Amino acid sequence: MSGSLQRIYGMVLRHVYLWRRSWVRVLETAYWPTMNMVLWGFIAKFFASNSAVVAQVPALLISGLLLWEVLFRGQLAFALAFLEELYSRNLGHLFVSPLRPMELIASMIAVSFLRTCVGVGAAVALAIALYAASIFDLGLPLIAFFANLLVTGWAVGLMVAALVLRYGLAAENLAWGVIFVIAPISGIYYPVSVLPGWLQSVAWCLPTSYVFEGMRGVLLEAVFKWDLFFGAVALNAVYVAAGVGIFFTAFRGARQRGALLQMGE
Amino acid sequence: MSHAIAVENLVKRYGRVEAVDGLSFQVERGTTCALLGGNGAGKTTTLAILLGVLLPTSGSVRVLDVDMARERYRALPRMNFTSPYVELPKKLTVEENLVVFSHLYGLRQIRQRIAELAAQFEFAPLLKRHYGTLSAGQRTRVSVAKALLNRPEVLLLDEPTASLDPDIADRIRTHLVEYQRQSGATLLLASHNMVEVERICHQVLMMKAGRIVDRGSPSELIARYGRSSMEEVFLDVARAEHRPAEVAADEVHG
Repeated sequence: MSGSLQRIYGMVLRHVYLWRRSWVRVLETAYWPTMNMVLWGFIAKFFASNSAVVAQVPALLISGLLLWEVLFRGQLAFALAFLEELYSRNLGHLFVSPLRPMELIASMIAVSFLRTCVGVGAAVALAIALYAASIFDLGLPLIAFFANLLVTGWAVGLMVAALVLRYGLAAENLAWGVIFVIAPISGIYYPVSVLPGWLQSVAWCLPTSYVFEGMRGVLLEAVFKWDLFFGAVALNAVYVAAGVGIFFTAFRGARQRGALLQMGE
Repeated sequence: MSHAIAVENLVKRYGRVEAVDGLSFQVERGTTCALLGGNGAGKTTTLAILLGVLLPTSGSVRVLDVDMARERYRALPRMNFTSPYVELPKKLTVEENLVVFSHLYGLRQIRQRIAELAAQFEFAPLLKRHYGTLSAGQRTRVSVAKALLNRPEVLLLDEPTASLDPDIADRIRTHLVEYQRQSGATLLLASHNMVEVERICHQVLMMKAGRIVDRGSPSELIARYGRSSMEEVFLDVARAEHRPAEVAADEVHG
């Protein structure tokens, strides 16, 4: 093997070593193509079989997209607030201070709320300017949708933070992509009824499905469906409790392994 | 008077490896104590358990009369910690970092306290600089200042002068000695720097393979081993077979 080829081989090997130790990195390579294919496949299927909703397509797509961004940005901002402490190797200082884990979680919630408002706010303004499509047309129910999706984002963010505590920065990419696992089955751009039967059962276990069905109720039927709202709230309570439980389990595990003083880039 | 730190039968096991093996010691209030030992002796593990960020397998740890396993949040506001291996956020300025930690420790007159420390540690001109742009020596000064923000009654230091040039290392030691004298605080430092230990410590706990193999003041240890410096004592201990802690303790107290 020539010197150059050997050096290239060495560098490839460097990444293969990483992949071998991290199922997350391997999974990521197949993740995005699969998610996009599934999501857009269902969108095509819905519009191909529902000519009656064509007039509402812009509102459905843009509202769906913006509300999805609330969920995505909320979760991402929450997870990034945690990752930021790892990037700067600061967890040790934080956890030897009087800061309690629950206070850290509360601070990440506040940061997530602010960042989501700023991030999605810009997109909302642009949607109004470019497409005359205002998410505020949803009226007061928008607050219910917004709040529910943010809370779901925080619950998922807590689980991501827990995985990062357990697996270190190898799990970092989950922060960017994990939420897209539920995108195809949350009924963002099409109703849950478009999904195969078995997948519908899974979809109704997600608070997001209730929110996006509720959004379509307002846009297509001008009705705020309270049952969907309470379904989302109840599921969110379960997800947040699970997220907090998983985070504290991971935190305790990190304290047992001595990871808190060592974690970082 | 109760001890500032009281450790009893402390054990930390990682699988079959015993990082800390039945450690017992006390540190009197208002004194400076060193955990001295080579790499892997269990010094940092002990500090981490004292801070509550590492859970022991068994044993008890009390800091300022608080059981750290159950009520660490009662003691943490009165403690602090610094280590060159645990960094502050690099993208924040020195001042921003100190403001954040001032809030975490519940300080009131934050700007005033930061100004005091900046003057004392001579980094006032660096306050607006990003922490990530500082040299190792500057970072250490800021990090030690962060550890003094809340005027801790117990200060834990993990190799506080590691990788510093002799001039800066000496200044840091001077600041620590001054702080200890003025405040009456208790300092516990993990170190392999013998000059540092001789200069600032009242008591030394010699560690090897997770155990305390000897203890005493630097002068006592130097006399006991018939050596002229702590460095020679360290080498004797590091290259000798284990001496049971009980025997060493008997020699000190008996």
